[in-house]
Amino acid sequence: MHRTKVRVVEDALDANNTIASANRSDFDRSNVTVVNLMSAPGAGKTTLLERALEGLADEDPPVRVGVLEGDVQGSFDADRLSVLHIPVVQLNTDNGFGGECHLDANMVRSALPAVPLDDMDVLIVENVGNLVCPAEFRIGEDARIMVCSVTEGEDKPLKYPLMFRACELVVINKVDLLEHLDFDVDRLEANILQVNHHAKVMRVSAKTGEGIDAFRAWLQALPARAGATA
Amino acid sequence: MHEFDLSSAIVATVNKHADGRKVTHVTLRIGRLRQVVRDTLEFYLAIVGKDTPCEGATLEIIDVPATLVCKNCQNEWEIEIPAFICATCGPGAVEVKTGEEFMVESIEVEDEEDAACTAPR
Ligand SMILES: Nc1nc2c(ncn2[C@@H]2O[C@H](COP(=O)(O)OP(=O)(O)O)[C@@H](O)[C@H]2O)c(=O)[nH]1
Ligand SMILES: [Mg+2]
Ligand SMILES: [Zn+2]
Repeated sequence: MHRTKVRVVEDALDANNTIASANRSDFDRSNVTVVNLMSAPGAGKTTLLERALEGLADEDPPVRVGVLEGDVQGSFDADRLSVLHIPVVQLNTDNGFGGECHLDANMVRSALPAVPLDDMDVLIVENVGNLVCPAEFRIGEDARIMVCSVTEGEDKPLKYPLMFRACELVVINKVDLLEHLDFDVDRLEANILQVNHHAKVMRVSAKTGEGIDAFRAWLQALPARAGATA
Repeated sequence: MHEFDLSSAIVATVNKHADGRKVTHVTLRIGRLRQVVRDTLEFYLAIVGKDTPCEGATLEIIDVPATLVCKNCQNEWEIEIPAFICATCGPGAVEVKTGEEFMVESIEVEDEEDAACTAPR
């Protein structure tokens, strides 16, 4: 039997990246800066948003924020954010195979018709899942944030360098628990910087509000930054 | 457990290039920094590839080491642990040179004419 070798040399994620570019064009057209918010489950993404987003539209400069909530099932996180009176769109990722472990460009694309892009300056996409995949599947975002809680171990950055290298901001959350834990937060920060020297690191407690102002300020600076590069 | 989704991406890429022909062999080029677990990937490829042109294809993975380059002193070196730091200049100008690849390198397909030859006459 005759067999032919076919040279392919194609990034297997090209198809995803093509859709991510299409998303990006839509975001650019509406002048929306998009943030991909990632973490291990339970690190505190939703709590951080609950804390940080309130009243941003009334600040100077005003920033209108919307959220696209990835959830494996249900709408618990989206419901929690409904008190903020900002656009929140739910995106379920259950694919019948126990749920996806991340959002990909196509899932985000399928949700976009429901997202009122023209009513916002910043769209935050709360990703789902673990610490490897989300960094591999771009969704058309401008910036990636990783939330890392002090209950997770100081070695996380060394175990998941791909993810930490892909993020420009790492939010160390749950610092209110530090006094109860035998956790070396300086070592965590050193490990983050060892893997990604350019990362900005913030220490916050989404529970008590400690450090949240710095995160709010970072979000507020986003639209101006996008304008500068456009 | 990103191997499941990565498998879907691989199968889609392979089948696109197979263009309807049966695939007998797949060669991937995967960088160390991707942290792909070979056995897990193979396991999911078999599941995702079932009932598609690449069902039953053998798999070969070219393992690409993680190498860094310092843009300051042009030094290049391989890393075994995730330390992105130049011994001379520190971390400021270090970039990944290889190790982030996730490519379908080549595939082997059964020729259509030959496939016809094996059909009963
Ligand atoms: N002590 C403490 N608990 C927190 C903090 N932030 C979140 N949590 C808790 O961690 C759990 C998971 O938070 P959630 O925001 O749902 O995590 P997500 O899965 O990343 O969205 C919840 O029980 C939160 O109340 C924090 O700063 N301090
Ligand atoms: Mg959540
Ligand atoms: Zn150097």
